[in-house]
Amino acid sequence: MAMNTLHDGFSEKGALIERHWQELSARRRVYTGLGLAILFVALTGSLWFANETNAGKFFDRLPYFFDFVGEMVPRDGMEVFRALFDLPSPYDDGSFKYNYPEGRLYITESLYVPEYFHKMLETLNIALFSTIIGMVFGFLLCFLAAKNLVANRLLRGFVRRFMEILRAFPEVVLAGFFLAVLSLGPLPAVIAVSIHTVGALGKLFFEVVENADMKAEEGLRAVGASWVERVWFGIVPQVLPNFMSYFLLRLEINVRASTIIGAVGGGGIGELLRLSIGQGHAAKTLAIVLLLLVTIIAVDQFSAWLRRKLVGDHAFRLAQ
Amino acid sequence: MTTLNPAQMDEIAARHPAVFHRSFWQRFRVAIITGGFVLYALYCWWFFAIGHVLGTANWNIAGTYLADWVSYEVRPQVSIAPDGAMKLTYPRFSPLGPNAEPDWVEIETGTMTRTLPNAGAANSARKPAAMGFMGTGGAVGGSAAAAEAVAAATTSEEEVVKRARITLNASTTVDVVPGSVTVQHSGETLVVNLSDMTAEGTLPVWATQKAPGGKITLAFGFAGWGEIEADDVSIRRRFLGWANFLFDTNSPFHGKSTSEVLSLIWSGERIDPKQSNLSLAWDNILYNSEWQHLDVWTKLLQTIVMAFVGTLFAMLLAFPLAFLAARNITRSWISNQLTKRLFDFLRSVDMLIWALFFTRAFGPGPLAGMSAIFFTDTGTLGKLYSEALENIDDKQREGVKSVGASPMAVQRYGVLPQVMPLFASQALYFWESNTRSATIIGAVGAGGIGLKLWEAMRTNSDWENVAYMVLLILIVVFVFDGISNALRSRLMGKPAH
Repeated sequence: MAMNTLHDGFSEKGALIERHWQELSARRRVYTGLGLAILFVALTGSLWFANETNAGKFFDRLPYFFDFVGEMVPRDGMEVFRALFDLPSPYDDGSFKYNYPEGRLYITESLYVPEYFHKMLETLNIALFSTIIGMVFGFLLCFLAAKNLVANRLLRGFVRRFMEILRAFPEVVLAGFFLAVLSLGPLPAVIAVSIHTVGALGKLFFEVVENADMKAEEGLRAVGASWVERVWFGIVPQVLPNFMSYFLLRLEINVRASTIIGAVGGGGIGELLRLSIGQGHAAKTLAIVLLLLVTIIAVDQFSAWLRRKLVGDHAFRLAQ
Repeated sequence: MTTLNPAQMDEIAARHPAVFHRSFWQRFRVAIITGGFVLYALYCWWFFAIGHVLGTANWNIAGTYLADWVSYEVRPQVSIAPDGAMKLTYPRFSPLGPNAEPDWVEIETGTMTRTLPNAGAANSARKPAAMGFMGTGGAVGGSAAAAEAVAAATTSEEEVVKRARITLNASTTVDVVPGSVTVQHSGETLVVNLSDMTAEGTLPVWATQKAPGGKITLAFGFAGWGEIEADDVSIRRRFLGWANFLFDTNSPFHGKSTSEVLSLIWSGERIDPKQSNLSLAWDNILYNSEWQHLDVWTKLLQTIVMAFVGTLFAMLLAFPLAFLAARNITRSWISNQLTKRLFDFLRSVDMLIWALFFTRAFGPGPLAGMSAIFFTDTGTLGKLYSEALENIDDKQREGVKSVGASPMAVQRYGVLPQVMPLFASQALYFWESNTRSATIIGAVGAGGIGLKLWEAMRTNSDWENVAYMVLLILIVVFVFDGISNALRSRLMGKPAH
């Protein structure tokens, strides 16, 4: 009856519409509530499961957490910079904790590259080189997967599935497999990151190609150009800025990915970070974290600036 | 058809300077950028020593490892004692289980009188090969040491293998009799005399002997391979498929056909009086010692849970913070900057650093991975959310404000309807992509299937387990990809692809 009082001011049709709207919103509320309830149950279950299967329980480990944070404070602030630039430490007692100068990589008699900068360069090279390899192969594959260029469903589907598998295949397995074949070194990391990048960039690329303006291609078709010529002169010029933008976006992601791959045996700075955190070397850890932080911010800023120049603001839509 | 005279051409050129007088950079940028990439690739070739690494890589091993993904080897081994007695054995963890008698290995047995040195004597000094024969011949009156050895030896009747014939495929057999081995492969025959390790005639291409008198290695392609030594012939036959995927060799159901297992479960007598056959079978599958199904599934669930909880918490925290960070919603420079720099910090301290950090803090397990994903994604989602909020249409807010709504109501009815689908879609996208990245941070100890994968790969002998886990991961990723895409395209009202 309370509902009816609402309808007083309406005409008959208005009241009908109002009633429909009330019903719809009531149903909607039920669905929202149901969805939230399911989400809540899933979350509680997940948290319980995670806590049960963890090596230490959350509340048991919490006090140690702060101990660990305390352990990560170096003896004095300058230690971090001594570790970063491989300068001798006044606390040097011959242990691995303070042996900063031992990592120096001498170029000439007295000029050296600090260890962490060298390893950071290695990680950056892994990222850049594998992004380039990924772009080359993604570029070659993407035109075969685009609906507007390849009429053959079978070929298109095959290329797309192939790229999906490359993208979803766990990088850690690729890295592990090539570590077993090629032995230690950065090359397994390059291969693992490249293979993943081929899949990821290939997908982004073919979506760009499918959204390309087909007028230029039609013109070339009208004068009898071959498929390669149509792609090269009709499609490539208009998609190239977007390709470069995605290339840079992928580079940002790959800098992170190659750090992680490094930590599981692929060399570079990730491995040093894992070792120094594991052994509780406060100053070394902070030095590496600082270097990584600065590098990642620098790469991100550079890439954002270049992308804005290449394609304007819409490069900052969510990259899917 | 009109033709242009030079004056008209000049005129056209003058009218379109942008086309005909482009700057150096405009004309050559593609060539310059491509050249730069090529130069950089050359530099990387040197920096990573790619030529050297590829040259020294062991590509045969790569083939074997790849074959291990989808096949397994059974390794019968014929050991030949100096007196000619042969014995057929399988390694301890053979996929066939103990006491296997596969039909592709034919053996002829017989009794033989053997004189063996006692265990003690055998340990004190290894006798030369001829000593055993001397002993049976009754060579009395030798040196004192020889007499002692004979006294220490015992004579017995034993059943030994007289001949072993191992068939690898239709065209490949290895026939072992005391003193010689006959190998047939694709129409060629190799006879090896074991006493001096020489082959009759020249070696076929599939057999190699590195040093005269040394061991001979046989390669039969996918069918398997083998090694012939003077006292030992070991063969590895490769079978396609995963061995003992359901029941390991200790299980009472091992080696039975599907119908036998089903009838045992359905109506057979209880094998273990304490539990029904069905629950015994299920237990045996879960705790299969080779495939460790329960452990793999638990770890996979951990990975999924890590991604789910991490992303959900990140979304819940990023949501209110994004309102503080958006310039047009919170008009305070300090709070904008503080939250934005916090997002940058969380995002730029890599997921790896957070993962290692929390692994040290919480111990290995999903809590560490979950926290790592939560921290990183709070930064990423917060940044995306605040950018989305800064780009909203202000008219709706103004409309709600103009009718005198409270600040909360302005956000709820003026802002949320515009951004909610986008927020949810982005959270879903990160949920899906975190399901992938959770695998790899697991490998540094942050819980989930990553560590299990990494351990399986480290031994280089469990590639079939790696293949199994990869298959499970691929299925999970594809399923979640599908769910997330379907939800997102419903939210955004258009296909997300």
